[in-house]
Amino acid sequence: MSSNNPLDLYRKMHDEAQARIKSKEDKPQVLIGTATCGVAAGALQVRDDFVREIEEKGLDAEVVEVGCIGHCYAEPLAIIAKPGFPPVCYGYLDEGLVHRLVEDFLGGDDPSYEYALAALERNDVFPTFEDFPRGIYEEKLILENCGFIDARDIDSYISREGYSALATALTQEPQAVLEEVKAANLRGRGGAGFPAGLKWEAAIKSGGNEKYVICNADEGDPGAFMDRSILESDPHLVIEGMILCAYAIGSQMGYLYIRAEYPRAVRHVQDAIDQARERGLLGSSILGTEFDFDLEIFQGSGAFVCGEATALISSMEGRMGMPQSRPPRLASRGFRGMPTVLNNVKTFAYVPLIIHHGAEWFKSIGTEESPGTAVFSLVGKVANTGLVEVPMGTSLRQLIYDVGGGLPGNRDFKAVQIGGPSGGCLPESALDVPIDFDSLHQAGAIMGSGGLVVMDQDDCMVAVSRYFLEFTQHESCGKCTFCRIGTKHMLDTLVDITQGKGDTETLGLLEELAEDVRDGSLCNLGRTAPNPILTTLRYFKDEYKAHIEEGRCPALVCRDLILYYIEPPKCSKLCNVCVGSCPTEAIFTREDGLKEIDQEKCVKCDNCRKACPTEYNAVVKLSPPVLPPQKEKAVK
Amino acid sequence: MSEYVNITIDDRQIKVRAGEKLLWAALDNDIYIPHLCAIREKERPNAGCRLCFVEIEGDTRPATSCTRTVEDGMVVRTRTPRVDRLVKTAFELILSDHNLKCRECPANRNCALQTIAKKRGIKLRQGRFKTIVREFELDESPDDFAFDRSRCVLCGQCVWADREVAKTGAIGFANRGLNRVVTTFRDRPLAESNCAKCTFYADVCPVGAFYYKKAAE
Repeated sequence: MSSNNPLDLYRKMHDEAQARIKSKEDKPQVLIGTATCGVAAGALQVRDDFVREIEEKGLDAEVVEVGCIGHCYAEPLAIIAKPGFPPVCYGYLDEGLVHRLVEDFLGGDDPSYEYALAALERNDVFPTFEDFPRGIYEEKLILENCGFIDARDIDSYISREGYSALATALTQEPQAVLEEVKAANLRGRGGAGFPAGLKWEAAIKSGGNEKYVICNADEGDPGAFMDRSILESDPHLVIEGMILCAYAIGSQMGYLYIRAEYPRAVRHVQDAIDQARERGLLGSSILGTEFDFDLEIFQGSGAFVCGEATALISSMEGRMGMPQSRPPRLASRGFRGMPTVLNNVKTFAYVPLIIHHGAEWFKSIGTEESPGTAVFSLVGKVANTGLVEVPMGTSLRQLIYDVGGGLPGNRDFKAVQIGGPSGGCLPESALDVPIDFDSLHQAGAIMGSGGLVVMDQDDCMVAVSRYFLEFTQHESCGKCTFCRIGTKHMLDTLVDITQGKGDTETLGLLEELAEDVRDGSLCNLGRTAPNPILTTLRYFKDEYKAHIEEGRCPALVCRDLILYYIEPPKCSKLCNVCVGSCPTEAIFTREDGLKEIDQEKCVKCDNCRKACPTEYNAVVKLSPPVLPPQKEKAVK
Repeated sequence: MSEYVNITIDDRQIKVRAGEKLLWAALDNDIYIPHLCAIREKERPNAGCRLCFVEIEGDTRPATSCTRTVEDGMVVRTRTPRVDRLVKTAFELILSDHNLKCRECPANRNCALQTIAKKRGIKLRQGRFKTIVREFELDESPDDFAFDRSRCVLCGQCVWADREVAKTGAIGFANRGLNRVVTTFRDRPLAESNCAKCTFYADVCPVGAFYYKKAAE
């Protein structure tokens, strides 16, 4: 056996890692989801509580920080793995629950199933996540390790066969890696779905000795957090994917373009790079071969447009982050004028799996044209928000109702927004559209990078369009006419409509301008910016018309088109709650003891409606903002 | 590859240098295509003004002629309904953010915007978009010329002249989105910058944003 064989070197590394990880599993472990989502919900406090409680009781248990477990609706989350029991996941943790779990489960033998969400291994006592509808539809490929491994311990990844794909690939020709990725028809997960293999091949064909591999982690869509979660929870998967790409195209240097607003992701990736370098998985002579490749992080300053390929390169080269005309493509002239492969975080994350399991395995998941899975951050008016991964071809209905558990409180579904500010809003009638690159495009939305926002009857589609246009207008770099000035006029028109201004021509003009901005802009930010307008005009035109023609906001959202009114028959003389809740003292007590709102003073803050006890529910919103006739009499 | 290629623009067969951008090939042959930001010497086109659209046979949508390299056998139309619609909208958008007091402007009758309007039959007083009202300070600090930002269309001709012809580097683009401006370092008056006081800016400005003080009198 030659010690220079990468497979032998890897096996040794793997066995050591596994032994170390296994030895830890002999004692109870508490895995706490401390990705940004968990931290925001108080996971760090929960971690400290566990550590303190375990110490106080003198127990021998280890507290480990893991990434995003995916069930963000129930944060803070923890998994307790105690020998002799199936690993159990607990949600909605607080100090009291931590105390109880440590005392009863770690200290005693009662897993307190009444507080558990699910078990993680099949057993006779408690259901697993797979037994819920979400588990039936969900298929975790690139999220498999997320929330189960310690992102800051390379052994955690290696013990789960991590870097074995790299070791295998290094025993083959670079061409073999390319062929496998091409055969798998891996389409870019950044949104457009361009086949990664073809991109790589173009970079190879460009020739030259200096090539770059860049990972686009400039995730900027409101409501999207897939890339962040993957980098925080399983950074080595992405790094391994990048090394494989570098090997395939013959690159010696790569960069991860991560936005500076993701400090945790930056830290975890930096740790991962350092550890990989220490193990000889990055740097010179990777796994004893002649292949050299190293990685660095480049922190983006947060301009949305820097997610666009040419703007990203400009910003890395020290210029203003603005898009440039193409061609030349990055594959022939990218970073520093050299052939460059730029892929999304998720795209790279699939590569080790494809090399490990083979292209045929990958193609067996998902649809023929869009193989593999789709990762979504499911947010908005949906019961189980979180990070989900489903096979391509799953319908939106399954994703929202089965995986997401439907809308909370039996609310009526109205629309689902896919693909962030560049995407579109799809109505109920489009819920059976299968999720894949081509079907979504046909329906008017785009796959985007994976943000998915569910909306109900209380969301005004005009206001939603306005929100997204505010975002794109603010993020426009200003280089090209259509985006710089066109988005401004579109936004102004939408603001007018939400104020009931406009006439019969307004909608026609808006649609015309939206189409021209789509067809005429320089980069994809401008070209996709009108999508929220175009899709809402296509599916929810009545709502626009109600605003313009009747001065009415059907969802009772647009402030200029509603007023607050206390219905006398429902109001009680015995209650004064609303009066105290009003910040502008607009509510007064009438001679008959009932309450009334002085419309002049009212700022429509919604406090009184929230304050009114549910047994009365006397405060209502009216649109158009006209008081009922009997009300006016009462004033006199 | 031969040194010349044959292309057809608006049914006219022309022989042009291989590697040339379509816009310059057309202009060299007296075929008009509207443009503001195009700079022949610049290797990578700005492609910012979005006025030089043409339709190329085989393409699914109109393309900017400043970014397209000529190819042998290319068939191009400079006037189609789709091209005209995009050019009109882009032009009217620019006008909605431009000081339209032509009579007070030193570039009156010698203005790129007036030329485009005339050649394409588009009214300068467009009615589709509201005028974007903004306040700018007039910079009259240099001896010979002045800079009125309310007329600037951000074509970048002055920035190019400053950097590549005068080799000064006194001005550049700053800010993003609608706030994008041509300005000096730290937004100082031109006379206080390292501006070499040459008059290149006024020579290249197509719209009278940079102008000779004499001409304005």
